[in-house]
Formats: sequence, C-alpha cells, structure tokens
Amino acid sequence: MLRRLFKDFRWGVLPVPGRLIAIIFFVVLFIFPLITDKPSYMYILTISSLLVIFAVSWDLLSGYSGQVNFGHALFFGVAAYSSALLYKYLGWQPWATIPLGTLIATGVGVVTCFPALRLRGPYLSLLTMAFPLMLLGLVMAFKDYTGGEFGISGLPEIAATRLGEYYICLAVMTAAVLIMWKLTDAGSKYVRTGLIFHAIREDEIAARASGINTIRYKILAFVIGGFFAGLAGALYAHVLGGAGIASLSMTMSFRAIIYVVFGGIVSIYGAVIGVYTLYTLLQFLGVGQANFIGQNQILIMAILVILILLFMPEGLGVWVRDKIERECPRCKLSNGFWRRECRACGASLH
Amino acid sequence: MTLVTGGVYALLAIGFSIIFGNARVINMAHTGFFMLAAYGLWYFTRSLGIDTIWAILITLPAVTLLGILAYRFLINPIREHLAAVLLMTVALVLAFQELMTTFFKFHYRLLPNLIPGFTEILGVRVLNQHLLTLGIVAVVIVIVWLILAKTKLGIALRATAQDAEIANLMGISVPRTLMITMGIATALAAVAAVAVAPIWTIYPTMWTAPLVMVLVIVVLGGLGSVKGSIIGAFIIALVEELVTNLLPSSSYLSTVFAILAMVIVLSVRPGGLFGVIFEEERL
Repeated sequence: MLRRLFKDFRWGVLPVPGRLIAIIFFVVLFIFPLITDKPSYMYILTISSLLVIFAVSWDLLSGYSGQVNFGHALFFGVAAYSSALLYKYLGWQPWATIPLGTLIATGVGVVTCFPALRLRGPYLSLLTMAFPLMLLGLVMAFKDYTGGEFGISGLPEIAATRLGEYYICLAVMTAAVLIMWKLTDAGSKYVRTGLIFHAIREDEIAARASGINTIRYKILAFVIGGFFAGLAGALYAHVLGGAGIASLSMTMSFRAIIYVVFGGIVSIYGAVIGVYTLYTLLQFLGVGQANFIGQNQILIMAILVILILLFMPEGLGVWVRDKIERECPRCKLSNGFWRRECRACGASLH
Repeated sequence: MTLVTGGVYALLAIGFSIIFGNARVINMAHTGFFMLAAYGLWYFTRSLGIDTIWAILITLPAVTLLGILAYRFLINPIREHLAAVLLMTVALVLAFQELMTTFFKFHYRLLPNLIPGFTEILGVRVLNQHLLTLGIVAVVIVIVWLILAKTKLGIALRATAQDAEIANLMGISVPRTLMITMGIATALAAVAAVAVAPIWTIYPTMWTAPLVMVLVIVVLGGLGSVKGSIIGAFIIALVEELVTNLLPSSSYLSTVFAILAMVIVLSVRPGGLFGVIFEEERL
C-alpha cells in the first residue's frame, strides 16, 4: 500500500509540476495553523474553503456539463436557510441540520432542472438566474418566518473553536474537491460521468446519438452541483452563525462565476486558484485594517479581474499550467516544462 | 406609471437585446452604463450647477463613448472566450459601482423634475415629468426603429445579427458594426437614465434591479428581437404595477411575479415570444 503510494508519487506527481504544486498547496493549508492561528485568519480560511466547494460545484455544473447557471446561489441559499429554519423552529443541532439542508438543496436542484431541461444556452442561464431572486422575494414577503432582510441569527457553531471549524471545513473541502475532480475526470476508468459531461457540453445531439441518455446526465449534473453547493451553504450558515439574504443574492451567484472564470473554467483547480487569490489573498491583505486594500476590496477585485482576463482570457490557472506543463502530442500525457521529449512515449514535445 | 416604467425598461431591453443579437455578448454592464449616466446627470446639475440641457448634452456622448471604448479595449480582444466576456462585463459593472461609491459615497440622490407641474388627462392628474419621460421614450424607440429598418447601417446591423460570417463576406466590417451596436446600446441606456433619473432615486447599486428586469424582459420577448423587447417590457411593467397596486403590503413580490410570467412564457415557448432559437453551431 505504502509502496504503491510512493510509486504513484514518484511517477505520477513528481514529473508534473501542476500536481506537485496542488499537493504542496493542500499540505500547506493543513499545517497553516502551525504558522499562525489568529482567529481572524482562521475565519477567512474557513470561509474560503466553503467558497471553494461552492465555486467548484458551479464549475462542475456549468463548466463541465455546459449548463451555464447564473443562479447558483439558489442551492447555497436554500441550504443555508433550511438549516437555519430547522434550528430555529425544531431546535435541531448542526449534525442534523447540515445534512438535511444539503439534501433539501439537492432536491431543489432536481426541481429547478425540470424547467431548465427544455432550454439551452443563454435562455437557460437567464432562467436559472431568476430562481434565487424569486426565492429572495418570498423571503422578504414572509418576514415573520424568515427574518426579512436581517435573516436568521444565533445558529450554533459546528465546533467550539475557530481552529476546529477550520479543520472541519478544510477536510470537507478537500474531500468534496477530490470527489468532484474524480467525477469530472474524462480519462477515468471507473466513473463515466466526466466523459459524458464533456460529450454533452461539446455536442448534445451527438452524445444522444451515441446512446447516452443526456436528460438523465443533465439532471445528475444539477443534482451533484446542488448537493455540493448546498453542503457549502449549510456549513456557511453555521460558520457565520446565521443565514441572511446575502446568501441568495445575485452577488453570491456571480461570485461563483467570478472565481471560476478568473481561475480558468472547466478545470477544478481554476476554481481553487480563483477563490484563494481573489478572496483569501485580498482579505488577508485588507483584514481589519483601514488601509486602501481593505476599503476598496471590490474595486481592486474588479480591476484585477479585468486585467487578468485581458491578458489571459482562459483564466489564470490555465495560463500558468500552459507555462509550466506541456502536453505530449502523441499520448496526451502532461510533462514538465523542462522536458524535451515525453516521459512515457519519448515523442518530441516541440 | 406602467407606461413610464415600461418605456424605460423597453429602452434598456432594446439595447441589451441588440448587443446580444449582434455580438452574442450577455452584457451585464448594460445597466451599469445606465447608472453612470444617471450619476453624470446628477453630478453636472447638482454639484457643478450646470444647466440641465448642457448636462444631458455632456452626459450622453460621454457615456456612449465610454461604452464604445469599453467594448473596443476590454471586450473585443477576448471575444472568442464566452465565459471571459461574461465575467469581464460583470467586473466592469462592479468597478463602476465601486468607483461611484468612492466618489459620491453611498447616499440616495434625487434630481428635481425637468419640468414641473402636472396636466389633467381624462380627469387623471399626470405629472409633466412623466409625460416628458414618455415622450422621450416614444421618440427614441421610433428613431431606433427607423435606423434599424431604413438605413444602410441598420441593414448592416441586422445582417451581422443573422450571420456574422456571411455579413463579413458581403463587405460589412463586422468589428466596426459591433462597435456601433455597442455605441447605440449604451446611448439607449444613457437616454433611459436621462428620462428616468428625476423619477427614480440614484444610488451606486441602482443597476441591479433594472438588470434583473431587463434580463427577464429580454428572455420573455426573445433574445435578439427588438419587437419582443418592447412588448416584453410593457408586459413586465404591467405585472409589476399590478402587483404593487393590488398587494401593496408585499411589493417585494413584484419581482417574483415578473419572473413567474417569464417562466410561464418560457415553458410554453422555449425561445421567448418572438425569439429565434439559435441553431447550435456544430463544427
């Protein structure tokens, strides 16, 4: 077992700089509390983990299977609100409200995909954008139950300390990202979903002609996206201690899009890079300080996004990957930038 | 009131719709230009004390130019990457919003009516400002209609909307046409702002509510169709006013009902009322 892991690391990870960086990054995240465990930093990193789940689930639904969803906050907000309501009216504890909230969000994913299945392209995007806004209107209309614009507060924490919360969210995030990465991996031998999502995105008619039940897989994409976004939302409500209308707003939906497209769409790592540069880095630089970055965070983010997109329209992550890795033209294996010929088949890389 | 709101929505929706129809760009920054124009008007009249007419004459071309520049330097270079273009417009409107917040702070601003008083029509008192707004909207819609239907430019615009490649082969400069489209669209947004600024309040996030409504209208009417946008705008404005008047306690629900109208239309006709369902481009 150990020997196999070592072999995988030696031949599968070391020669590919992207994978190496990803592993180092996650290791650093896990030992980060050793460097500093200031509660404010822990808090930012906890929120970032949840945003990563949220953004990656958007990437799975919109990037991989091509069902571009402008209303991803729907799942997030539904999960946040349902766990908050479950606590408020039934007094349930986080271990029950979080899974239930997630399940409700998944159910909402199934329900929304039925009107969405008939539509394509921009119509689909704009229709999905409408759902969270509709729900927002309902939340405001039934103020007595949902707290209106103030939301519901006073939710119990998932762990006693910020450090505990950090580790729980980080572990959930790592697991979620790994699962979603496997689900979308088109070259996987065990799960076919990745390949099928790719096929549906590239050409739905051809996919259907090849005997794929595209409707079923589209529903599946909505379910998976809704599940993970809901997971993020339910955890978010408990980390924040409450659910507010911000979790359903258009800004929340756009945040997923901003992070993913900034990092590189149709790549799981793109979402991770997007969140950690645009959210975590800016928060770290501006946290609790009255300096320029702290006060003009959105402006700086917007300008950063504009500049990065102008020069790297595919996204930051993809741009960096293209710089440090080279794909073998014959066997499609990625190689480090320093190699002249492919590490597996020996074909020239130029 | 329905007519006024509907008219303003119609102006915004037409602009959004022609950008989408021609350049296939979902321009989230569209109402951002609307917001900028409203702010420009407020700034020139209230802070600098310039005459209203001059303020309008400065604001309109400035915002239009800004729209064209934004298209030329920010959107055009990355037009192949659809996701990037979408995000670019979102980032653009966020930048506008933050700039306005930084310069003018988060206050609710009001403009005085351009012309005071009211007229009585069939026993109902109508503010002159509303009449003026309505007049502007009607004139502008007619002008846009004429441009699209009668001029050479209009033919070029419609040809590009139908098939950009063939239009290019026919000797139409597609990039230039798209730039003009963007200019017209932003100008429409600016005109809408001028028409409505004295009625609505001006604040940095004033772009979100109209944006949602415009998206609903455009989808309802069919993407890329001018006629659809106009009719959709009045339908949505009617729904909104009805909800606000019949259920005054729950004015938040107006968005819900507007969206509900859209969902109903979409489930009957997946391409909107007058939309063309774009053939999937298969390579």
